[in-house]
Amino acid sequence: MRTFTYKVPSSIWQATSDFGQNSDFLAGGTTLIDLMKLEVMTPSQLVDINRLPMRGIELASDGLRIGALEKMSDVAENQEVVANYPVISQALLKSASAQLRNMASMGGNLLQRTRCGYFREVSTPCNKRQPGSGCPAIDGWNRTHAILGTSSSCVATHPSDLAVALVALDASILLQSGNNDRLVKLDDFYHVPGETPDKENQLKPGELITEIRVPRLPWAQRSAYLKIRDRESYEFALTSVAMALDVDANNVRDARVAVGGVGTKPWNLPKVRDALIGMPLNQQTFEAAAKLATEGAKPLRHNAFKVELVQRTIVRALMNLGGLV
Amino acid sequence: MSRNLNDSSDLPPDAQAGSSRRQFISRLAAISASLSVAAPLARSATTTEGTALEGESPKKGTEGSLVEINFKVNGRPQKLEVDPRVTLLDAIRDRLDLTGTKKGCDRGACGACTVHINGRRVLSCLTLALMAQGEEITTIEGLAKGDDLHPVQAAFVGCDGFQCGYCTPGQIMSAVGCINEGHIRSDTEIQEFMSGNLCRCGAYPNIVDAIKMAAGQMKAGG
Repeated sequence: MRTFTYKVPSSIWQATSDFGQNSDFLAGGTTLIDLMKLEVMTPSQLVDINRLPMRGIELASDGLRIGALEKMSDVAENQEVVANYPVISQALLKSASAQLRNMASMGGNLLQRTRCGYFREVSTPCNKRQPGSGCPAIDGWNRTHAILGTSSSCVATHPSDLAVALVALDASILLQSGNNDRLVKLDDFYHVPGETPDKENQLKPGELITEIRVPRLPWAQRSAYLKIRDRESYEFALTSVAMALDVDANNVRDARVAVGGVGTKPWNLPKVRDALIGMPLNQQTFEAAAKLATEGAKPLRHNAFKVELVQRTIVRALMNLGGLV
Repeated sequence: MSRNLNDSSDLPPDAQAGSSRRQFISRLAAISASLSVAAPLARSATTTEGTALEGESPKKGTEGSLVEINFKVNGRPQKLEVDPRVTLLDAIRDRLDLTGTKKGCDRGACGACTVHINGRRVLSCLTLALMAQGEEITTIEGLAKGDDLHPVQAAFVGCDGFQCGYCTPGQIMSAVGCINEGHIRSDTEIQEFMSGNLCRCGAYPNIVDAIKMAAGQMKAGG
């Protein structure tokens, strides 16, 4: 690990002013310390934000607010979250391990870096780590890589389960820098790689995610996160789906669908949603809608299975939530 | 069994002779370092570009950046001056000589380094020592009360919840957390909430048995 200096600000304003060139904010450290050991990330200064007051989990009339420093485990087990947004709780509980969930912050989860093996191995080129150096994954080992939102520069998946659930629920994040703040839809926050895979999101230097806001959606009580992976626990998704379903007699009244493990960012699927609305609850409807999920997919040598797998994952989630299995 | 579980896991069979494995390994290292053929190896193991290796105390040249930390480990206040890069795991093992906590992957993937910070199970390999400033840390050495094993330690012995024993301190610290969190309603739930602790010997069924046994005793004991 490279040397760094260490600061512990006591206010958001001070955190922004402490943030200098080549600084990184330190919260739970589960991504950052790991990548600093690998020398994938080499900050010369860490600004430890753990003493800042970005806490609280509150359900109000306009929705759910979660402080960015709340731990994944605390949000996952919060009774309001479990009752009103089960998809958030399930996405969190299917992430990482109990120890990591006790450490990792909600804000940090949204900023975790890809698990692409080439990104994590400094002896190989990687456009995300070293712009312009090339992408060995495109012609290399790419079984776990993305089929949606890829470019000739990068095919790495976004690893967060939480982000998939939040994008499905149309959540926003509050970004703060000094005395300025702005609210950004999480779906808009993330960039697809294009020619600049190193620019992963809208965050500006010195800017912090301070809060997550999830709109009120009473029928999200019928929501779930389904994650398909190589082993049943403690593994990243091959495919996953975050879904909420509003049912009227035997028809779909409304739906929210986003998928993970297949996109270079959490992949929102408004077309699948539109195809479901007003349709009868049955497998044929679900399969027809799920086909739309992979429009424009560009499978690679080892990950073509994800095209069908993600469709099946969506159908399974719909069958479960629709009470058909 | 007067010795606590962790101590015995850290000692070779001839520990009664008064010589620990660590002392043995240190002596071996000293012998090999004295051989000229080992000299290049010894040199490369000290510093790279003037930086101290993980797990070592900082070398000359980084002393200006030492930071003081104060925390409690197993109820005892500790004060250390550390390079900011030192992980909690290395501080515990190399500075406080509490070698029960194990270094497995050192990348947050195996759970061998699990300790409690303020009663919550966390990975000490992905925690900088600095981040534990002012906190209360419990390691495997802090579980037993004198010669009385913690119920989870006793249950791991009773159920053969290990073979080689290397992952065991982490398994036990994680199991205590799992029980305290109440994630023991079924075997499936125990497996899910213990999935962050890998056991390459595959003692998983016995670990689940040990957790159920200990949970029953802890409940009965109030």
